[in-house]
Amino acid sequence: MINFVLLISRQGKVRLTKWYSPYSQKERSKVIRELSGMILSRAPKQCNFVEWRGHKVVYKRYASLYFCMCIDQDDNELEVLEIIHHFVEILDRYFGSVCELDLIFNFHKAYYILDEILIAGELQESSKKTVARLIAAQDSLVENAKEEVSSLSNIIAQATK
Amino acid sequence: MNPFSSGTRLRDMIRAIRACKTAAEERAVVRKECAAIRAAINENDNDYRHRNLAKLMFIHMLGYPTHFGQMECLKLIASPGFPEKRIGYLGLMLLLDERQEVLMLVTNSLKQDLNHTNQYIVGLALCALGNICSAEMARDLAPEVERLLQFRDPNIRKKAALCSIRIIKKVPDLAENFINPATSLLREKHHGVLITGVQLCTDLCKISTEALEHIRKKCTDGLVRTLKDLANSPYSPEYDIAGITDPFLHIRLLKLLRVLGEGNADASDTMNDILAQVATKTESNKVAGNAILYECVQTIMSIEDNGGLRVLAINILGRFLSNRDNNIRYVALNMLMKAVTADAQAVQRHRATIIECVKDSDASIQKRALELVYVLVNETNVKPLAKELIDYLEVSDLDFRGDLTAKICSIVAKYSPEKIWYIDQMLKVLSQAGNFVKDEVWYALIVVITNASELHGYTVRALYRAFQMSAEQETLVRVTVWCIGEYGDMLVNNVGMLDIEDPITVTEFDAVDVVEIAIKRHASDLTTKSMALVALLKLSSRFPSCSERIKEIIVQFKGSFVLELQQRAIEFNSIIAKHQNIRSTLVERMPVLDEATSIGRRAGSLPGAASTPTAPSFNLPNGTAKPVAPLVDLLDLSSDDAPAPSSSSGGDILQDLLGVDLSPASQQSVAGQASKSGNDVLLDLLSIGSPSVESSSSTVDILSSNSSNKAPVSSLDGLSSLSLSTKTTSNAAPMMDLLDGFAPIPPTENNGPVYPSVTAFESSSLRLTFNFSKQPGNPQTTVIQATFMNLSSNTYTDFVFQAAVPKFLQLHLDPASSNTLPANGSITQSLKITNSQHGKKSLVMRIRIAYKINGKDTLEEGQVNNFPRGL
Repeated sequence: MINFVLLISRQGKVRLTKWYSPYSQKERSKVIRELSGMILSRAPKQCNFVEWRGHKVVYKRYASLYFCMCIDQDDNELEVLEIIHHFVEILDRYFGSVCELDLIFNFHKAYYILDEILIAGELQESSKKTVARLIAAQDSLVENAKEEVSSLSNIIAQATK
Repeated sequence: MNPFSSGTRLRDMIRAIRACKTAAEERAVVRKECAAIRAAINENDNDYRHRNLAKLMFIHMLGYPTHFGQMECLKLIASPGFPEKRIGYLGLMLLLDERQEVLMLVTNSLKQDLNHTNQYIVGLALCALGNICSAEMARDLAPEVERLLQFRDPNIRKKAALCSIRIIKKVPDLAENFINPATSLLREKHHGVLITGVQLCTDLCKISTEALEHIRKKCTDGLVRTLKDLANSPYSPEYDIAGITDPFLHIRLLKLLRVLGEGNADASDTMNDILAQVATKTESNKVAGNAILYECVQTIMSIEDNGGLRVLAINILGRFLSNRDNNIRYVALNMLMKAVTADAQAVQRHRATIIECVKDSDASIQKRALELVYVLVNETNVKPLAKELIDYLEVSDLDFRGDLTAKICSIVAKYSPEKIWYIDQMLKVLSQAGNFVKDEVWYALIVVITNASELHGYTVRALYRAFQMSAEQETLVRVTVWCIGEYGDMLVNNVGMLDIEDPITVTEFDAVDVVEIAIKRHASDLTTKSMALVALLKLSSRFPSCSERIKEIIVQFKGSFVLELQQRAIEFNSIIAKHQNIRSTLVERMPVLDEATSIGRRAGSLPGAASTPTAPSFNLPNGTAKPVAPLVDLLDLSSDDAPAPSSSSGGDILQDLLGVDLSPASQQSVAGQASKSGNDVLLDLLSIGSPSVESSSSTVDILSSNSSNKAPVSSLDGLSSLSLSTKTTSNAAPMMDLLDGFAPIPPTENNGPVYPSVTAFESSSLRLTFNFSKQPGNPQTTVIQATFMNLSSNTYTDFVFQAAVPKFLQLHLDPASSNTLPANGSITQSLKITNSQHGKKSLVMRIRIAYKINGKDTLEEGQVNNFPRGL
């Protein structure tokens, strides 16, 4: 299982965190600081797997962001690399050539997408199309709700005119 | 609209935070935003709750505290609208973890949403539950989740499956409820449901043996069929990754098959064909394909034995080792480590490639490969492997050298076929990486050298050569110095030359040069210098012609600021200068050190059982031997020399005693004490000998003599090892001097008032006597000398005297002369008492005396009222 997901920029800024195993707030800060230092200092040609506290951390750099997932010892590291790639491709399709700014200003949407890919630290869906469809459907519900509120406001405005 | 609500939009806040130049500036912006959000929360503002929570989540991600917003999540979750629920559940998962007590409040909302008519809301609830559910929530909501495993929509079923995984991990007892619904998922066509269903079954098998047996019996054939269909499926764009249909599902199926096949021959046999097909037909050009192959190899290695399949798996790993992708090589090494226990022979065929990985530029791969080499070593291949590793040692990174050195030393120690090879390899390691060698390693090397008597000459010559080129390696220097000290004569005389050796000419002077260099290098540490001093002592015996030179070197360290070196130098100089007759015996060749207890040679020779031997560390060979033998000899020396001088003067005898005691350094404290005591006695004798001293001064001197009575006794005890005649003489002299000391006391003196002594307390077993004196010019203060007399035939131990006085008196107690009151003996204690009502009130005190007789506590109490008047 995946214990947590971490997105950090090349400067060590946190862009997204998701914890599937219980970590206290203090532990989380410590983990982030420790892993940031470890991963950012690795050379580009080194492999994408790091032993850490009895777990393995799989990481991959895309543009200015490092996508990191902490997995158990008996998990398949190569598969996790593919899961990271799966996540990045879905983000890319959703935002259209996704970049770091998209994730900063729309971080909640990145979380919605991650929640359609992983639950309880396990892969949920291998079809990018299905994930995109589910996200679009829920986005529509939000838009519809906004429109309802807006139209209700209009009715009230006219009534009081 | 509430005019006080926070008007900043999420995007604007993020932009403001990103515009901050400093951390302090960012903190200010965040603080302001938090204040606004708190105000909105206090106003119970419904309009912007959604937006405020989004801002809180961003602030939380930056690492600031956001606990005050947790209740907002619950309110949003309880709202009827989908947007509110969506952001509320997201906030719940981010701001809370399962240990927050607030989490209990959300259980009811979750239960309602799990039954909601909107399937997306059901999905939100399942996702939140799966990510943060606690054991209590698991018990409360398990029936809901179990029901949803059969929900009509596959997206709900797959979420329910993963949520179930969390539940059964939190409460394993609930696993049996999920067995049948989980196995139903295995017959699905939807990939998401299959992936999550397979994962749920895998975890069920790990948690429950009942589930394992059930799924193995009912589902193995179906899983094999599913995997076969998947592997043979035509191109499917929705699930295609690099030409492979859904590698994730491949991997989940392979993993579950592994769990089912472990320890079960029938199940293993069922899946052999499909495993062979996957292993041979999966494309290995991309990560996705290699991920499947990696999982397939793991399954093959874990299930019951099929020789052909095993070889196929290991050959896949061999290809992985040659892959240029670091990740592929890394996982191959991991897997080969496990494969060694199953089929060491097959792994051995890839040894050359594994060695290449040790030299990789990637530190992770280096470490993995080194560990693998470690378990591959055996007595057959130890020589070529060690050679490869030692050759690489020279060019390896400093970061890696410590690990590499430790492994090489372990391998060489464990599998060396003969001693000369062992010594040769260790000398190479010490020459190249001596600074990384652990203490137990070079201790063990010395042990082996002492056990190889026919190689002493060879070894010391090899070390001499190595020292010329690698004197910066600390442990090499130590071993060299030790060996030259022990076998320096063999070095100089070319004893035990082997056919393979080149001739070498080393003079005694050259050998001493090595040790002198070692001891004078600034880089040498204390251990090295100490060993060098010991070596010099040994060489002073083996090389008589260099004795003077060695003595000069040692003398320089008598002034060392490092106590260890100073003490050794003083001791050794004494041996060289004064006791040449026993020096050669003292520094005789070290006996052979016990090899079996020192190193764990050849323990666990099977590669599969190989582990790092824990060689028991022991004290320095020299350190171990040093304290015992020389001490005995020195004591003998004291005994021999002491009777020589004879004199009837007590002072002279004391001086001789001091001189003798200084010789054995290990008795430094005794010598110091004797010296101090001697000085006291001399000073007292001088003082007592002056007849012009006033009477009061004489009294003080007498007291001093009494208080220092123990010193002559100690000296006498020290002298007891001398001849009887000397003892008799020394017994008489101090006593006569002391008697002379009493002679000048005049019988009467009118220098001040004299207060009669009083018996302050008396019982059947104890008498307390007070003697009084006044300090000149201080009539308020009285000095009382208390004397306790033991009236019984028992010894009193843990003797404690306590006293209490009225407020107008001030009492100070000095420590007693002893806390043991011998039978029919006495001890004394000094009291100082100040009377603020001097002349008006008399002294009075309550006393308490506690002691033990034969370990039994005894207590005596009383009051002293009979103080003389005028105190």
